[in-house]
Amino acid sequence: MYDVLIIGCGITGAAAACQLSRYRLKVAVLERENDVSAGTTKANSAILHAGYDPEPGSLMAKLNVRGAALAKELCARLDVPYRPCGSLVLAFSDQDDQMVRTLCQRGLANGVPGVEVLTGDQARTMDPNLSPQVTSALWAPSAAICSPWEYCLALAETAVRNGADLHLETAVTGLERQAEGWLVRTGRGEFYARYVLNAAGVSAQEVHQMAAPKTFTIHPSRGQYFLLDKCEGDRVGHVIFQCPGPSGKGVLVAPTVHGNLIVGPDAGPVEGNDVSTTGEGLGFVRRTALKSVPSINFRESIRNFAGVRAASDRGDFIIEFAAPGFLDLAGICSPGLTAAPAIAEYAARLLAEDGLALEEKENFLCQRRRIKFHHLSPADKAALVAREPAYGRVICRCETVTEGEILEALRGPIPPRSVDGVKRRVGAGMGRCQGGFCGPRVVELLARERGVSPGAIVQDRAGSWLLAAQTKGGTDHV
Amino acid sequence: MYDLIVIGGGPAGLAAACSAWGKGLRRILIVERDKELGGILNQCIHNGFGLHYFKEELTGPEYAGRFIKMLGDTGVEVRLDTMVLTVTPDRQVHMVGKDTGYRVEEARTIILAMGCRERTRGAIAIPGQRPAGIFTAGAAQRYVNMEGWLPGRRVVILGSGDIGLIMARRMTLEGAEVLACVEVMPYSGGLNRNIVQCLRDYDIPLYLSHTVTDIKGRDRVEQVVVSRVDAHRRPIPGTEMVFDCDTLLLSVGLIPENELTRQAGAAMDPRTSGAVVYENMETSLPGVFACGNVAHVHDLVDFVTAESQRAGQSAADYVLGRTGGEEEALEVCTGDGVSYTVPQRIRPGRVDKSCPLFFRVNRVCGDSEILVRSGETQLACFSREHLAPGEMERIVLPRILLDRADERITVSIREVVSQ
Repeated sequence: MYDVLIIGCGITGAAAACQLSRYRLKVAVLERENDVSAGTTKANSAILHAGYDPEPGSLMAKLNVRGAALAKELCARLDVPYRPCGSLVLAFSDQDDQMVRTLCQRGLANGVPGVEVLTGDQARTMDPNLSPQVTSALWAPSAAICSPWEYCLALAETAVRNGADLHLETAVTGLERQAEGWLVRTGRGEFYARYVLNAAGVSAQEVHQMAAPKTFTIHPSRGQYFLLDKCEGDRVGHVIFQCPGPSGKGVLVAPTVHGNLIVGPDAGPVEGNDVSTTGEGLGFVRRTALKSVPSINFRESIRNFAGVRAASDRGDFIIEFAAPGFLDLAGICSPGLTAAPAIAEYAARLLAEDGLALEEKENFLCQRRRIKFHHLSPADKAALVAREPAYGRVICRCETVTEGEILEALRGPIPPRSVDGVKRRVGAGMGRCQGGFCGPRVVELLARERGVSPGAIVQDRAGSWLLAAQTKGGTDHV
Repeated sequence: MYDLIVIGGGPAGLAAACSAWGKGLRRILIVERDKELGGILNQCIHNGFGLHYFKEELTGPEYAGRFIKMLGDTGVEVRLDTMVLTVTPDRQVHMVGKDTGYRVEEARTIILAMGCRERTRGAIAIPGQRPAGIFTAGAAQRYVNMEGWLPGRRVVILGSGDIGLIMARRMTLEGAEVLACVEVMPYSGGLNRNIVQCLRDYDIPLYLSHTVTDIKGRDRVEQVVVSRVDAHRRPIPGTEMVFDCDTLLLSVGLIPENELTRQAGAAMDPRTSGAVVYENMETSLPGVFACGNVAHVHDLVDFVTAESQRAGQSAADYVLGRTGGEEEALEVCTGDGVSYTVPQRIRPGRVDKSCPLFFRVNRVCGDSEILVRSGETQLACFSREHLAPGEMERIVLPRILLDRADERITVSIREVVSQ
């Protein structure tokens, strides 16, 4: 019997697990996919928003501003790439100028530190590649960028290191209220828990309705992106938004913590978890982004992707008990990544108010470090390789990721089960050749460490097989 | 302090090092990131290499083997499984390897011979889902020929570059079914002999002026949608063909791998995506040379060898103080029909008897003249029966002509209209 069982290990579930693992509780996380961070968390703009967008008084407003502050501290403690670059919202017309002033007022009401309205020239002084058409801009110095999947992984790893159980490839099929709590049926057996947290993202409505009558609807909204090579990474120094519209915060142009440039998203309703890209959507993103920053060189694109936002019909986060012992953490669309640790804090408070005892552990492990070879000084590189030769073999040329880092990930608290799992942990395959060179070497390391045939290694999800068969004569000759 | 550090132990690096040794340099180091010398030739097990240089048909490993053997007769030092991380403008080379550790070496000259990489799906923005089963042709070639694994059973190939054509045949021989080769241009980007020997001989259809417009499959490729394109390479609605397949191979171009070159501060040419080089393959950084696919993408390894031998010789000349001659350089400009030239700069005072000039045309031409002009003066005219972007052209400019040029020369194509 678990005290708390969390369904879904995206950023919301991982933050909740990390928060609850501070206390003397038996915590479990069930994740349908073969890795954490497999849904919305791995495919979004990677922005930690300052908090001027949500309506004052909403849960989004409260948890965004609090979450932004917590994220800064968490990323530092857990060694998650984070850059406090600030954001600009651009105006191109009188109507936009009015919107920028409104956003500034909202920012002040929400308690966002340091927001101010700049002239177009002031904005261009800060970011010289901005369009000459920009008439004014909102400056929010507390906005930041991060690596969402590494953030999620760091939170989940911290939970696991502090005793939480993570069950991957474990899809929930049914929920049943029992005297003591909940019976949770899955494809891999039954679990019992006093409390169930619904952090199922795009599937949150489905999970909710296993436990309670419908109280909200999830309307999945897809956003498509370009990721550009590092030679475009300095095109802007801040997160560049346009004025928000009815479907969201619009197309942004931003540096990434890995040194690339991200451009997107559009917004369009889709069925379920449809993350395909379209020529139309990408064309829209390209045209719209060039309005903000006319000099972006899209020939340097290295990847397109799409993510699905788990937006709901409520227009705010849904964090409430839907049934006794069943707490929804649903409708977590933007600014969900930013708000996640504050959502977790808030959820813990609701559980405590419901009678769950939260006693702090004495030996809570709250630090995490991982070696990033590329970021070390020449002297530190030399010392590391002398001590651990595996850090001297570069596997991914584009991102300079070494065998030592991949082995460290494969022996970590949540070992990757796929080539993309390795990519999310150490960055191998994230660069301009997109795994063309390092792919076969990563497959080899995965197969060796997991003690399986290379033919059993998948690209990403279970079923995403890479190799069909051995060649004639097999691998005898190699 | 080395006389020469060669970065890359593929065909370019091997030829450059051998040649530099032959011209008198003695302290030479080759740094190779793979576990053996030979570079991409090691996975090119088909034949057709060496027709120009050795006057016989060799496989890739055999071609590499000849140079590895030649290198064995020299005192050139080789560091394998070692990756160069940084090249500084004052010719310090930072490198790291599992067995060799982290080292900083200094050199009087450096030859950049890192080769090239393949363009990916992301570079050409093919829409659709993102399942497994989309490989660059070279990555698939590595799986089949080096790792002993077949990456799929029903295959569509996008792009008719040489590696894609070679892989069409290779996958077929390994028992896979290659359903189509799809090329967005109205002509193939590969060598004609490969169209014949790798597609026609196996009845694999080649769809010119077509491209992939959608990829379907949640976990693994299930379908690829191919559409005809108009003269502006835009897909024409209503022309879709659906192929049930599990694999899409991409052979959509090669990009010289110049991250070290850029970081060292060498001037770059956006037309080649390589460094700007002089007649002796020297970059804008004195004593730093570039050759092979890192300078511009070649079709034939034989030409890589010839170019790299010149780079090796130039490095030797540089170290041994044999680089006299006037510094003044002519700029080589691309005129009508020409997409790039190598070299981009020629110092006539440094040209001994003649200077080879490589270039590519940007369209298919029949009977044509290659014109070399300086201002209004025509310096030279070469005839060709056929020119195609997929086949690199080579002309030789005698010193005596170059001495008549002023500031810049322009290379252009004039198609001869038949009567």
